Amino acid sequence: MKNWWKILCVLLLFYTLIAGFLMPIPALPILNESIRNLYFHVTMWFGMIIHMIVSMVYSIKYLSKNDLRKDVIAEQFAITGMVFGIAGLLTGMIWAKNTWGAYWVNDTKLNGAAAAMLIYAAYFILRGSTDEESKRARISAVYLVFAFPLMLVFIYVLPRMTDSLHPGNGGNPAFGKYDLDNNMRLVFYPAIIAWSLLGVWISTIRVRIKNLWKQAEE
Amino acid sequence: MDIYYTRQNKKFMETGRRIKTLLSFLFSFMLSIPVFAQDVEMADVMRSNGKIYVVITVLGIVLAVLLIYLFSIDSKVKKLEEKMKNRK
Repeated sequence: MKNWWKILCVLLLFYTLIAGFLMPIPALPILNESIRNLYFHVTMWFGMIIHMIVSMVYSIKYLSKNDLRKDVIAEQFAITGMVFGIAGLLTGMIWAKNTWGAYWVNDTKLNGAAAAMLIYAAYFILRGSTDEESKRARISAVYLVFAFPLMLVFIYVLPRMTDSLHPGNGGNPAFGKYDLDNNMRLVFYPAIIAWSLLGVWISTIRVRIKNLWKQAEE
Repeated sequence: MDIYYTRQNKKFMETGRRIKTLLSFLFSFMLSIPVFAQDVEMADVMRSNGKIYVVITVLGIVLAVLLIYLFSIDSKVKKLEEKMKNRK
């Protein structure tokens, strides 16, 4: 069974949907039922991070092996990662409006996320600015290798050094300090896997289409 | 004065009787509801718990349709890949 992980993805997605709406949640003020967004909003960012890790790894692989197929993988995973990031921003805005009172609050984590998205947007502009294929691949691979740690700084490091409305930021948080209870973990971790697998699936399709284009142009 | 009081009393008793009949009517109506529900089987599954199951079903259908779509795109790409392979 070559496509077992696609079936796993489907099963986990349906599990996320059903358990995400029906499993018991801690009754917290302000958040109320909206804490279930954890399975849908936070997982978008996890999916984005996983995609950006893959694209960085394949950038390094391209730099060490000079294989243009690696460059295709790095690019397509970065695109899907951006889609996840946009979904994360939009869902976060809806959640913020209903719990913090505004679509965009002046929060380190929000501004950091926006800055990280701009860094990756610059990656695509950089790609579009060069026509020569191997040159484009090399420059953008180097850029991606630097973009990833920058994004981590903007999303994870800076919000912790100052403070953020996001739980677990400011000071030195551990995962146990989140407003998570064990029931929520039962849904949250499978949900991360489910959404990430869905993204990987879409990315692999994009990679295959891109490779077909290249074959057709030859 | 006495007459006045008895008149008030009469009026009071009358309203009391009215409330009693109203209450008993309501109570009998309330009693009849569970009996009614037992007698007639209704499709109540989707209506319980604030209709959240309806939302889950709708979202489930959306997800299923999108995933089937993704599978079909996947197989189309696969067919194209095989076609390109045979051409070479």
